[in-house]
Amino acid sequence: MSLAVISGLKAVALIILNRLALGVVTLFAVSVLIFAAVNILPGDFAQAILGQGATEEAVEAIREDLGLNKNAIVRYADWLGGILKGDFGVSFAQANFSSFAGEDASKGGIGSVAAQLEPRFKNTLFLAGVAAIIAVPLSLVLGIMAALYRNSVFDRFVNISTLTSISSPEFFLAYVLILFLSVLNPLLPSLSNIYVEMTFADRLHKTLLPALTLTLVVMAHMMRMTRAAIINLLASPYIEMARLKGIKPARVIVFHALPNALAPIINVIALNLAYLVTGVVVVEVVFVYPGIGQLFVDSVKIRDIPVVQACCLVFAAAYILLNLTADIFSILSNPRLRHPK
Amino acid sequence: MDAFLWYLSWAVAIGIFGWVFRFVGQKVQWPSDKLNVYFRDMPLMVGIGFVFGLVILYVVFHYYFIDKSTFFRWAVQGFVIFAITSWLFLALGKHVGTQATRKVFRQMPLTAAFGILIIIIYAIMSIFAGVIAPYGQEEIFEKINVLPGGDPALGGDPRFPLGTDQLGRDLLSRLIYGGQNTVGIAFVTTILAFLIGTTFGFLAATLSGWFDQAVSRVVDALMAIPQLIFALLLLTIATAWAGSNKELITVYMIVIIAVLDSTRVFRLARAVGFNIVVMDYIEAAKLRGENLSYLIFREILPNAYAPLLAEFGLRFCFVFLTIAALSFLGIGIQPPLADWGTMVRDLAQFINFAQFSPHTAALPLMAAGAIALLTVAVNFVVDWMLHKSSGLKD
Repeated sequence: MSLAVISGLKAVALIILNRLALGVVTLFAVSVLIFAAVNILPGDFAQAILGQGATEEAVEAIREDLGLNKNAIVRYADWLGGILKGDFGVSFAQANFSSFAGEDASKGGIGSVAAQLEPRFKNTLFLAGVAAIIAVPLSLVLGIMAALYRNSVFDRFVNISTLTSISSPEFFLAYVLILFLSVLNPLLPSLSNIYVEMTFADRLHKTLLPALTLTLVVMAHMMRMTRAAIINLLASPYIEMARLKGIKPARVIVFHALPNALAPIINVIALNLAYLVTGVVVVEVVFVYPGIGQLFVDSVKIRDIPVVQACCLVFAAAYILLNLTADIFSILSNPRLRHPK
Repeated sequence: MDAFLWYLSWAVAIGIFGWVFRFVGQKVQWPSDKLNVYFRDMPLMVGIGFVFGLVILYVVFHYYFIDKSTFFRWAVQGFVIFAITSWLFLALGKHVGTQATRKVFRQMPLTAAFGILIIIIYAIMSIFAGVIAPYGQEEIFEKINVLPGGDPALGGDPRFPLGTDQLGRDLLSRLIYGGQNTVGIAFVTTILAFLIGTTFGFLAATLSGWFDQAVSRVVDALMAIPQLIFALLLLTIATAWAGSNKELITVYMIVIIAVLDSTRVFRLARAVGFNIVVMDYIEAAKLRGENLSYLIFREILPNAYAPLLAEFGLRFCFVFLTIAALSFLGIGIQPPLADWGTMVRDLAQFINFAQFSPHTAALPLMAAGAIALLTVAVNFVVDWMLHKSSGLKD
């Protein structure tokens, strides 16, 4: 390895470390924000658990139990420390029954937020994964084709239909899919009751309809961005040169334009996977899919604040991580960003 | 697996026929030279595209005339009606009005005309909802769960063309009032978001320094959390604050979404502002000793209208969709106010009756479709405006 390559690698490693540090700082800021938002609640957790008719002694006892009479900074440190060890605290809904009936739920038992979160997090990852596996190749191919035959009937059709599916709310797409694929032609189930003992094929079958909905939402964005990235490149002189040499249009796009369009496209994919994180909430509610989004909405409704807090943090972490990945990949694939002046 | 093989064989067949189509086209001696050249230079994919288009036309024909699938027919009819009305609207705009508006209409694509038409219809519907709607949004009738269609033999009632809900409220009236509430609240929220966002953005651009740094870092942190998620978290807290006062929850929701959405407006306003601040006329104004409000309102704002207007359309869509999603999840606009998101959620189970009673199953889709139609329309218009201002040719 020559010296220049090594120093180049060093610079890249430095930039990536820099970005990672920035990501950690952002995550820290986000955790402060979430904690602060929750702690401006009137009254406190203890009152929220017991309701308004609680006696002062009972409230005081729970406050003691959860450490609520310490000051905010100490509580924040405790909360953050717990999260780093994988302990997200005790769910209120479970707290009523288990932990105050003698069981110690904070040690990772049934009542702990972490125990609720873990299986659902895996389910959500599965759903997002299936959606991504369908959406990414499909949108790349369609995007490239739209760029290749731009301003044709095909391009117009794709443009209008993607704009429509971007603008529609997720639940509209979901119900249209349910109507056609589940009610009128019973191909796929409209309720995704997933449980642990299911076989993979069964699981996939039940996940397919929510995954298709997410695909429609995400694919439109990815496709439009891919098309824009490639069209942008097609205006450059070296493409004109390749065309003048008499290379076929398809070859120009796949071998000349695509390698240089890779950076924006990878960026687009990562950004849209980050978008999946938000889209997952509504879709999971429509299909009653037992993922983290459903847990989040249910907890919001019963004001189970520890769970809401934890879900919010998980979503934010996933979002930041994917944005970070987009950032790093675009640096890696672009020499100009790799050597900042 | 059978289905997979079925589709695969279709794909292969389309590919082969595409090639045959091009091959035959090249062999035949066409009367006009243009066609000869067209077939000679045709890429294979275009040939396949022609055959694929034919197959799609056949499928549409099949489901429309032979299978007579109700929902598919409605979709096709809706599409055709919208296409014809927007074409008529476009034709009307080309001949009626002042010189300037006629010129705008002449350059307008059909999609943008469709968008403008829909926006006008929605604006009229929501402003005059009280006049158009047959009943009040909270008015309760003695007949509950009347089926839509208005045919007494099928459980309908001519007084309620879309039927009534489980409490006996007229669904048509609620759909119209729902438009007023949902669109109105989204509009107010967007305006609030713009007031906050542009104020801070322009201030950051003119003052720069520590103020810019402080606001930008706060905005960065706010933007690091997905918007819907953060809105849900804050709304949980807001509902605890508001207690049982439902109207207060709606007010809190407006403020929360406006603040969260103003972060994006801030970014744009700041970027646009920074480009304007370096101009000579700003320098001149500063040397004249003009104060901050003069700089912002008289110098920066008039020059930032165009990008902000396009952004307003996009942000309105986003806010509208967020509010609809929150209401759909049961945390947004609170009853007894009618709104489309909540209607979709309440009526959703009717979709399972699609095979027996298509009218009933169409109810949730109508509310959801009403949301989709407006956002699609706004997006078409914004797309056209951006296209026009960027001067892109392809």
